[in-house]
Amino acid sequence: MVAIDSEIVRLIDVSKSYYRGSQMIPVLEGISFDIVAGEFLALMGPSGSGKSTLLNLIAGIDKPDSGIIAVNGVDITTLSESDLAAWRAANVGFIFQFYNLIPVLTAFENVELPLLLTGLSRKKRKEHVETVLSLVSLSDRMDHYPSELSGGQQQRVAIARAMVADPPILVADEPTGDLDRVSAAEILGLMSRLVEDFGKTIIMVTHDPKSAEKAGRIVHLEKGELVSSSFSHQ
Amino acid sequence: MFIIKLIIRNAFRHKLRAMLTVTGVAIAILAFGLLKTLVSLWYLGVEASSSTRLVTRSSISLVFSMPVSYKERIRHVPGVTGVSTMNWFGGVYVTEKNFFPNFAVEPESFLKVYPEFILDEREKKSFLTDRTGAVAGRKLAAKYGWKIGDRISLKGTIFPGEWNFVLRGIYHGAQKSTDESQFFFNWDYLNETMRKTVPRRADQVGIYVVAVARPDQAAEVAEEIDATFKNSLAETRTETEKAFQLSFVAMTEAIMIAIQIVSYVVIVIIMVVAANTMAMTARERIAEYATLKVLGFKGYHIAGAVFGESLFIAMLGGIAGVLLTFPAAGWLESTLSQFFPVFQIAPSTVILQFVAALIVGLVAGIFPTWRGATIQIAQGLRRIG
Repeated sequence: MVAIDSEIVRLIDVSKSYYRGSQMIPVLEGISFDIVAGEFLALMGPSGSGKSTLLNLIAGIDKPDSGIIAVNGVDITTLSESDLAAWRAANVGFIFQFYNLIPVLTAFENVELPLLLTGLSRKKRKEHVETVLSLVSLSDRMDHYPSELSGGQQQRVAIARAMVADPPILVADEPTGDLDRVSAAEILGLMSRLVEDFGKTIIMVTHDPKSAEKAGRIVHLEKGELVSSSFSHQ
Repeated sequence: MFIIKLIIRNAFRHKLRAMLTVTGVAIAILAFGLLKTLVSLWYLGVEASSSTRLVTRSSISLVFSMPVSYKERIRHVPGVTGVSTMNWFGGVYVTEKNFFPNFAVEPESFLKVYPEFILDEREKKSFLTDRTGAVAGRKLAAKYGWKIGDRISLKGTIFPGEWNFVLRGIYHGAQKSTDESQFFFNWDYLNETMRKTVPRRADQVGIYVVAVARPDQAAEVAEEIDATFKNSLAETRTETEKAFQLSFVAMTEAIMIAIQIVSYVVIVIIMVVAANTMAMTARERIAEYATLKVLGFKGYHIAGAVFGESLFIAMLGGIAGVLLTFPAAGWLESTLSQFFPVFQIAPSTVILQFVAALIVGLVAGIFPTWRGATIQIAQGLRRIG
C-alpha cells in the first residue's frame, strides 16, 4: 500500500484500455483530477467516452493500465483482489442504473448484505438497516421483494444498501436512467441530502444534464480524455 | 446462514425449472436404484446359496437324468450328511403366463437339506404323508389366493398330462431373501405315475442336493462323488450350489452387464441435463454475482452459493428418487413376482443412489461455480461507458 497525502480521491495520469480480440481500444488516457470530501460530482460525456470505466476505476471495481488512484490516501491500484474487496466494502457504496438488487431477498435483506461482512451482531445489523430504510422512507416496505416495489422504491433500497455500511464515498452509475421524471427527482434529492446532511462524497455518471445540475461539479469526458471540469450553477 | 438462505431461495426462484430438474434427477435416481436392484437380484440365487450344499447332476447336461439308485451311494460318501432328490417339473398353472418354478422333491430329505423353507409341524406332517401333497411359497399362494387343502392342477410339459395336487402347506422363508414363490410336490407321486405311463422315465432323478457338514469339505466330497460314478452310464458332475447357480446366471451375464451400463448411462444423462440447467442459471445471474462482489463478497462466497444450489437440487432429487424407489420396488415385486420373487432394495443400493445424486450435484455445479466465482465485476455488470 502506498500512502499518499491527498484529497478524498486523487487521480494521477490514469489510463485504461481494453482488448477486442487482438485490437487494443484505449478507453481512458492520462486522466488527472481530484475530488474533495463531501463533493457531489457528475461525470458526463457521450457513450463510449469512458465515464463508467472511470467510475469503476475510482470504485476499485477495475484496475487501470497505468496511473495512480488514491482514495483517502491509499493507492488502490496496488491492492490485491482480496484487499480490494475488503476496501470496497468499507469505503464505497454503489448505486446502479438498474438497481442490481437480489430478487430473492427482501428490501431489508438486500440492505443488510454489506453488513454481513462486517461482523456486526444481528441486532446491530437490524438497527442499521432500519435506520437507513427510514432515511429513504421505506420503513413500511422492508419485507417487500424487489418485484413488489416500484423503480423509484427499488433505487431507494439500492441507496440504502449503499449507505448502510456508512462508506465515505458513493458511486452512482446513471442512477436515474431507468426512472420516470418524478422518481428521478426524488432520487437526486435524496442524493443531495446525503451530501449535505451526511457529508458523503458522491460521484455520479449521467447522460442527463438536468441530473448533472444537481451535482456541485461536472466533469466532461470525451473519447477517454478529460475535456472540462466546471462547477454547477446551482 | 445467509448463504443457506440464498441457496434455498435461489433454488426455487424458477419454480417450474426447479421442479423439472428435481423430477429429472429423481427419475434418474429411481431408475438407477431399480436397475441396480434388478442386477443384484439376478445374482440373488447365487448369493443365497448355501456353502454346505452341493449339487450333483449328469456330467453331460442338466437335461439328462441319473438313476435314483445313486442316492444311497452318495449318502455313503464320507462327509455327506444328507441327500435329497429333485426333478424340475416345468408344469403350467392354467396358462403359460402363470409361470412359477415347480419341482418334484423327496419331502423329508428336502426339508432337512433346505432349512430355510419353514413349514409348521402340522403342515409338514401332512406334506410328508400325502403322495399328492404339495407346498407353495407364501408369495405364490397369496398371488393365486391358494389356501391349505386347495386342489391345484398343473399341466405337465416335460412330464405330460394333467397333474393334480392338494396344497398341504405354505412355507415362509427363514430370511427376507428366501424365494417364497416356488412350488414343491412329492417326488414319489411323479415317479409312480411315470412307472405307470412311461416306465423308461421312472426312477430317474434330475439333480441330487447333497449336504456336507462343513464348507471346507465341499471340494473333497464333490470329487469323491464324481469319482464314485466315473465310467458309469451316467457320470456325474458335482459342484457347490453357488457354482451351480452361477452356471445359470452366466448364460445371461451379457444382459446384466448391459443393464448395469444403462444404469450408469442414466446418471450421466441427468448429470449433463443438470449441468446445463445450472450453467443456464449461473449465466442468468452473472450480474447478481458481480453485484455481490462489488459489495465485498468474495469468490468463495459466490462459489458456495452456486455449488450449494447445485448440490441442494441434486440431493432433493436424490431424496425423492430414493423415496420413490421403495413403492416402485413393491409394485415391481407384485407385478414381476414370477421373475423376481424378492424385489428388495438393499441398503447398499440406497447409499449408491445418494452417492449418484451427490455426484450429479457436484459435476453439475463445477462449471457454473467456477464461472460465478471468477467473474470479473466490470464484465459482470456489463456496463462500459
